[in-house]
Amino acid sequence: METPLTRNIRPGGARITLEEYAAAGGYQGLRKALRMSPQDVQAAVKDSNLRGRGGAGFSTGQKWSFVPMGADAPHPKYLIANADEMEPGTFKDRLLLECDPHQLIEGMIISAYAIEADVAFVFLRWAYREAAVRLQVSIAEAYAAGYLGTNILNSGYALEMYLHVSAGRYMCGEETALLNALEGRRANPRSKPPYPQTSGVWGKPTIVNNVETLCNVPHIVNRGATWFKSLSRSSGDGGTKLYGASGRVKRPGLWELPMGTPLREILEEHAGGMREGYRLRGVLPGGASTEFLVEADLDVPMDFDSVQKAGSRLGTGTAVVLDDRTCPVGMLHNLEHFFAQESCGWCTPCWSGLSWVEDLLFALEQGHGRPEDLERLQEHTHRLAPGHTYCALAPGAAEPLQSGLKHFREDFERHVGAGRCPWK
Amino acid sequence: MLSVEEKQEIEGMLHHYPDRRALCIEALQAVQRHRGFVSDEGLADAAEFLDMRREELEGVATFYNRIFRRPVGRHVILVCDSVSCWIMGCERLREQFAARLRIGYGDTSTDGRFTLLPNVCLGACDHAPAMMIDEDLHHDVDPETLDDLLARYR
Repeated sequence: METPLTRNIRPGGARITLEEYAAAGGYQGLRKALRMSPQDVQAAVKDSNLRGRGGAGFSTGQKWSFVPMGADAPHPKYLIANADEMEPGTFKDRLLLECDPHQLIEGMIISAYAIEADVAFVFLRWAYREAAVRLQVSIAEAYAAGYLGTNILNSGYALEMYLHVSAGRYMCGEETALLNALEGRRANPRSKPPYPQTSGVWGKPTIVNNVETLCNVPHIVNRGATWFKSLSRSSGDGGTKLYGASGRVKRPGLWELPMGTPLREILEEHAGGMREGYRLRGVLPGGASTEFLVEADLDVPMDFDSVQKAGSRLGTGTAVVLDDRTCPVGMLHNLEHFFAQESCGWCTPCWSGLSWVEDLLFALEQGHGRPEDLERLQEHTHRLAPGHTYCALAPGAAEPLQSGLKHFREDFERHVGAGRCPWK
Repeated sequence: MLSVEEKQEIEGMLHHYPDRRALCIEALQAVQRHRGFVSDEGLADAAEFLDMRREELEGVATFYNRIFRRPVGRHVILVCDSVSCWIMGCERLREQFAARLRIGYGDTSTDGRFTLLPNVCLGACDHAPAMMIDEDLHHDVDPETLDDLLARYR
């Protein structure tokens, strides 16, 4: 089994230097890409079935294809790596950022070349201190080696790359909010259209891609779309995926596995199953804003289309496990507290609705719940549905809530009936 | 006015962006590094440097977790309170802080040593519960040995 994304990463997680990266075949993808036309690089990525690893699962090649190209295109154009990883339960990009930053940098240069970008930013969350230091050093190494700056490897292509360290807010991970944040404005989302590909940061064509997505690009260019597709166990998605598991499993962690590896295999073989004395009750398959799956769903292949068919989303692919000794209502209160707090306040259904949801769940946990509260909560899942808000934050918050109401109905009713949380 | 040192730390980054206001996070962080937090005066100094109205900069400053508009202690503790850490017992950490330092979220200890804040997912879910003290990430934090950990921060 091939693991292109993590093959260089050493136990202990020391940074792979430019010298080590190059010795392992690094920057060969860039050399090859610079001999291709930008359109051919785009075509290779499109053919590979690479889909966005930030959670939306949109075809990366297709996303790039909306950028205006050629002599009449507006400049400067921008390529941004979204390294604002803050989805609760998600810890995959940190590994790539800290341990193999040159893989990301090479992926960014190739991707920038494919859309004829002039400037690239790494948009990094503040809390990733180690990643900030290592990226800074690695970008400097890449400049010194001629992989960045003017006339990269004598190709005539020029790219500047900068690290932007943000000050911490979940909202900044949303693509259009990130653009506002980078411009020095409050990170509210923007309405679309116009889409960032034509009018993004500072009104210029912009592509925002997730870290893991970009790390795949050098390998696709190097070894081809057919090879990339062959890594996957699913037909609709190419490549491998960084899967994770946290909660009361025996070995919480992160594993690079073929895209489409069944959830059961991840949780039982790789995470070692549940800890002694605990039973599995539910799983958020891809971070806080995905719907609960239960025991009966565990054979679902973890790819974008299959997880959607099973009633949830692949999201970031890092599973959060709910065990039978943890209160599902309490867990939902924790999740909805997060979403209510992180709402940017721009649109009413989100800031007002999520506060209501949080308060109702808190009341249930405190033993003040009423039977009609369950209907109130159900109503809110409709009010927070896609189409009612500018961005995906509120619809994302509704996903664990509506699936929680479905799967853990009895637990909600016990809170109301007993007038207290049965777990306390 | 921003101090010479504050300016020196950020002026080198001006060319990253097409206008000055885009440097506002860096400017606020520089003020915070040198003055401990962003006071009204610090905010006004940064706004002047950035060619921004104070009210506009305030709107940005208050948006972020990591820009402090009130004084903080010598060390800032950020306890991850997101879902994986909640499952693995971050509430016990909170109780321990209340017992040991007599502070809750948002408080600074009376000796000015620690400020305690909740923080969204620190991306260490496989080693929950996690927290940061200043710039250091600590994972698999055991409430029983919290005192030993805190002793490293005087």
